[in-house]
Amino acid sequence: MTSSLRLRAGLVSIVLLAAFLGIWHLATRSTAPVATMSPEYAKLMGLTATQGKSAMPGPIDVGAKLWEHLKRPFYDNGPNDKGLGIQLGYSIARVGTGYLLAVLVAIPLGFLIGMSPLLSKALDPFIQVLKPISPLAWMPLALYTIKDSSISAIFVIFICSIWPMLLNTVFGVASVRKEWINVARTLEVGTIRRAFTVILPAAAPTILTGMRISIGIAWLVIVAAEMLVGGTGIGYFVWNEWNNLSITNVIIAILLIGVVGMLLDQILARFTRMVTFPE
Amino acid sequence: MTDKFISIEGIAKRYPGASGATTTIFENLWLSMARGEFCCVIGHSGCGKTTVLNILAGLDAPSEGTVIVDGQSISGTSLDRAVIFQSHALLPWRTVLGNVAYAVSSKWRRWDRAKVKAHAQTFIDLVGLTGSEHKRPSELSGGMKQRVGIARALSITPKMMLMDEPFSALDALTRGTLQDEVRRICLETGQTAFMITHDVDEAIYLADKIFLMTNGPGAVLAEVVENPLPRDRGRTDLHRHPLYYALRNHIIDFLVTRSKTFTAETPDHDPRNVPMVHIGKPGLTIAASDEPRQTRIPGTSPGLTA
Ligand SMILES: Nc1ncnc2c1ncn2[C@@H]1O[C@H](COP(=O)(O)OP(=O)(O)OP(=O)(O)O)[C@@H](O)[C@H]1O
Ligand SMILES: [Mg+2]
Repeated sequence: MTSSLRLRAGLVSIVLLAAFLGIWHLATRSTAPVATMSPEYAKLMGLTATQGKSAMPGPIDVGAKLWEHLKRPFYDNGPNDKGLGIQLGYSIARVGTGYLLAVLVAIPLGFLIGMSPLLSKALDPFIQVLKPISPLAWMPLALYTIKDSSISAIFVIFICSIWPMLLNTVFGVASVRKEWINVARTLEVGTIRRAFTVILPAAAPTILTGMRISIGIAWLVIVAAEMLVGGTGIGYFVWNEWNNLSITNVIIAILLIGVVGMLLDQILARFTRMVTFPE
Repeated sequence: MTDKFISIEGIAKRYPGASGATTTIFENLWLSMARGEFCCVIGHSGCGKTTVLNILAGLDAPSEGTVIVDGQSISGTSLDRAVIFQSHALLPWRTVLGNVAYAVSSKWRRWDRAKVKAHAQTFIDLVGLTGSEHKRPSELSGGMKQRVGIARALSITPKMMLMDEPFSALDALTRGTLQDEVRRICLETGQTAFMITHDVDEAIYLADKIFLMTNGPGAVLAEVVENPLPRDRGRTDLHRHPLYYALRNHIIDFLVTRSKTFTAETPDHDPRNVPMVHIGKPGLTIAASDEPRQTRIPGTSPGLTA
């Protein structure tokens, strides 16, 4: 039953993809030359005018270019011409660093806040104000204080991934079932051991959900941040290719951003499943 | 009653009610238990039995009064007082073995894994869960969960067992076996037991003393019934004892009618000196004082007594 459902869903997916590619192909294919013009002018106008070719690349152009990129993902011909693998690597490294720093801060801090009603109440107004700030709004301040564009991007990732993790950790820790805490209390389990053997496993699914939201936001933000700070990374690549008017490369970058984002999400989803317990 | 191992002294529990008022679940509650005694509490749902048990465990603090265990006022939980929770309270991310082993390793922190596991396993076997060690609580039936809770409490060999309806979800056969085991362990190890139950026969089989609580709110401990059956009573010939029906009728009478009307009918009830009922003896003595008060007990006509 379920396997046949999956099979059918897969088939529908393939049909939809084929339809999308077909329509894309039809919409961007070359038509007959629209006008005759002097060769000089034609050269100036490019293929769009002379052959009726759309400026939008078709799926075949994108596919061919993508194949080219995939064959040489790590080439490096100077600052403005690096392989997509290198650019993605830079972005992933920034996201990873900022995100891990956020984990190291948010989870212990969330534990403290969640276990202490006093801290929870005292810090709440700060968190409420800081949380809705767009991470990019921190960028000028980061650039001014840190004076390094790459580290500023990492800082922006840090600041945007910290809130979902912090709030989920606080919530997860504060809402551990009283009866589980009571078990630990009747067994005279000390605070540290209780934190690791009862509160952490009980709150882990909620914490991991926060971490999953965070990685998604971090991956959204890195593209914008790299467009701002420039230099390296997939965000910079998109902006640079736009300046080069290479829509093909922009489309490829968009596709890859989606794929990497999905992979990051899937990794966290797997971790979440690992710590989730049925009740 | 010289050896008061446990003494509850004038405790009250109040919760803030609606619009600033406070709800008093019970107040001025006194009771005591001797070392090694098996006590059952009977009372209608919501009268505050679990609340008393939580206070005894140290999980909950009374609004007034104190609990004295072994001569010392308690100020929190202790490994000496194990609790079987009404809601099982198993850790769902641990297996059956993991849940019991958690208790064992909390009590004996220096034991190595193998020793903890072996010790936990004996208690899992005891409650008849051999073969289910590696199941998670979500894969167990209600009765199986209850048995894990029982194994966990027994495994730390406490001085006192606090049991909140430990056998309520079990079938008659398993219940009988576990009652026998718990009774045997309590007798062998000299554990003091405080057990909440709704099952009159269970109380009669297990208890040395039965505490009868009236309905809440404002519940009081109405009587302490001393079990006239011999300590080495057997499950099968329980009902043949000449005092069995008198005892049973007395408790059921209380539950059916007197638990509602007790407070109104007994205005001179002294919570500090709760009447001690000796079924089959013409007199009625007061639990906390030594002077017997001569009163006839309803349901114990001389004809019924041996
Ligand atoms: N946190 C709370 N706030 C307000 N009232 C409470 C709270 N906890 C318990 N109560 C009340 O205290 C009373 C006694 O509750 P308790 O759990 O001790 O009953 P019980 O005798 O164990 O009942 P049962 O036999 O159904 O388990 C109930 O009327 C309940 O409504
Ligand atoms: Mg209860």
